[in-house]
Amino acid sequence: METVLTTHFADERYRGIDGYRGKGGYGALRKCVSMPREAIVEEVKKANLRGRGGAGFPAGVKWGFLPKDLSRPRVLVVNADEGEPGTFKDRLILSHGPHLLLEGIAIACYALSIHRAYIYIRGEYAREARILEEAMEEARAAGFLGKDVLGTGFDLEVTLHRGAGAYICGEETSTINSLEGKRGWPRLKPPFPAVVGAFGLPTLVNNVETLCNVPWILENGGERFAALGCEKNGGTRLVGVSGPVVRPGIYELPANANLKNVIFDVAGGLRDGKALKAVIPGGSSTPVLRADEIDVTFDIETMAKAGTMAGTCGVIVIPEGTCMVRALSVLMNFYAHESCGQCTPCREGTGWLKLVVGRIEAGQGRPGDVELVLDVCDNMAGKTICALADAAVMPAQSFIGKFRGEFDRHIAEGKCPFGNRF
Amino acid sequence: MSFSLSEEGLAELDRLLSRYPDRAAAVLPALHLVQSEHGHVPDEAIAWVAERVGLSPAHVEGVATFYTLFERRPRGRHHLQICRNLSCSLMGAEALVAHVSAKLGIRPGETTPDGMFTLSVVECLGSCGTAPVMQVGDAYHENLTVEAVDALIDRLRAEG
Ligand SMILES: Cc1cc2nc3c(=O)[nH]c(=O)nc-3n(C[C@H](O)[C@H](O)[C@H](O)COP(=O)(O)O)c2cc1C
Ligand code: SF4
Ligand code: FES
Repeated sequence: METVLTTHFADERYRGIDGYRGKGGYGALRKCVSMPREAIVEEVKKANLRGRGGAGFPAGVKWGFLPKDLSRPRVLVVNADEGEPGTFKDRLILSHGPHLLLEGIAIACYALSIHRAYIYIRGEYAREARILEEAMEEARAAGFLGKDVLGTGFDLEVTLHRGAGAYICGEETSTINSLEGKRGWPRLKPPFPAVVGAFGLPTLVNNVETLCNVPWILENGGERFAALGCEKNGGTRLVGVSGPVVRPGIYELPANANLKNVIFDVAGGLRDGKALKAVIPGGSSTPVLRADEIDVTFDIETMAKAGTMAGTCGVIVIPEGTCMVRALSVLMNFYAHESCGQCTPCREGTGWLKLVVGRIEAGQGRPGDVELVLDVCDNMAGKTICALADAAVMPAQSFIGKFRGEFDRHIAEGKCPFGNRF
Repeated sequence: MSFSLSEEGLAELDRLLSRYPDRAAAVLPALHLVQSEHGHVPDEAIAWVAERVGLSPAHVEGVATFYTLFERRPRGRHHLQICRNLSCSLMGAEALVAHVSAKLGIRPGETTPDGMFTLSVVECLGSCGTAPVMQVGDAYHENLTVEAVDALIDRLRAEG
């Protein structure tokens, strides 16, 4: 199978600029600077590249949202805040292919006449931040970043900005506030970042993986990229498999790879002869699937039809014997912890979900508690500034919808049938 | 009390300030610098940073307390941060937390009386494919087992 991103990741030298250039790196940028800018955007549109940060918005369309008027400078914010549980793909790119990201950034900025880019990287990724800083130095020295890129007169400053341990800062308007030196509180939209974003300027926000596809697209053409995936979902996806499988890890697969094959063939199935109970397909906020529901492909439309989302393609494999109430309780603790607290339905709602799911798991649930959880969910979904509230609601509703019996048993028996552990 | 960074830290801060169109954007980088030199963000640093970036101390305090990586109080010399989100839990993180707790005689959130170790339970570290995972300082320790954790703690203790 043809790969776009990980082709040379096994080669240590690919991390440095010489190794990267040895594999043809920065060739796409060189090609781009002699192309009309609109033609670059056109290729990205043809590629059917969808955002890899979770929402799957078409990248070419988003690029087109920046105002045509060039009198105000515009900004690129690269989202490297990766924090959605089950997701660990951007870390792989940052540590193995930092120049791939820098080349993607340079092409996007050149195409859109952006002179300032900020890479917002989660604070815990200290090692990856050092790797990136080093790569940025190399790229500047070689003339791919900085003043007068490749002698074209085009200037591009890239700054690495470290977060400090708040999941919410991955939400794009929160990322922007955090970059500006504020608390990571999401902003009401509109105005959208494309109109008023970082430092009051029109801003494009893209995920690391999204941008890393751009050099290949310009090297090989949008149509070829589109053909690697399926209708409306071009290219490949970095699918991360975690949980007790034989070979956990990140795999680069066609955008319409089959979830069941991913688990049983690519990742080698479950360890120690365990049976499969459930799968969270695209990061912790995507609705859970039962073992008998996983014969689906990862493209965004098929996943939606199956009642879930491709999200970040972070597949969490849950084996038979796991208490689903406990699993949900872990997730509800997470969302309660990460709510920024700005909106009452989210602040109070995530707190209640944590409390009530926690007490059901502890064997102290009361009759009506499951209905209470569902009622709280109804009062949160779609009623808040950002999508974190929905991200908490989706697992709650789907865990109850598909494993209701376990919740009822906890309440009826006054204890966890699985012994309060994983 | 007066506060300052080392000569090097001050030079680094000046470099950082030049990278943003707005001084306020240097708050997070400045707090990172403070913490890397002092191990935490002491009270005196808040007003100092505020002055440097042109914001009120209240704003800087608000920022410093919003982000969990900033420590407002001194912590143990080695901060053991074990991920207990779902992928790690499925791979034995709970048992690991219990083991380290018992070994060090502290609960998550506490520091050993000799000031050597602080134990924390944290959310997803973005390393779910190599679960369970623990971060100590800047370093990730992946695919952890009880034996590996024991060896690591013993080594850190020996190093002092
Ligand atoms: C609560 C929340 C957390 C998010 N975290 C991330 C993240 O860590 N990384 C990321 O790229 N996008 C994250 N997103 C999505 C971003 O808001 C945004 O859609 C994305 O960065 C856009 O890039 P893309 O179009 O290239 O996918 C998050 C969204 C929400 C609501
Ligand atoms: S939905 Fe939650 S996380 Fe998002 S802005 Fe509101 S309170 Fe903050
Ligand atoms: S769940 Fe532990 S690193 Fe992601």
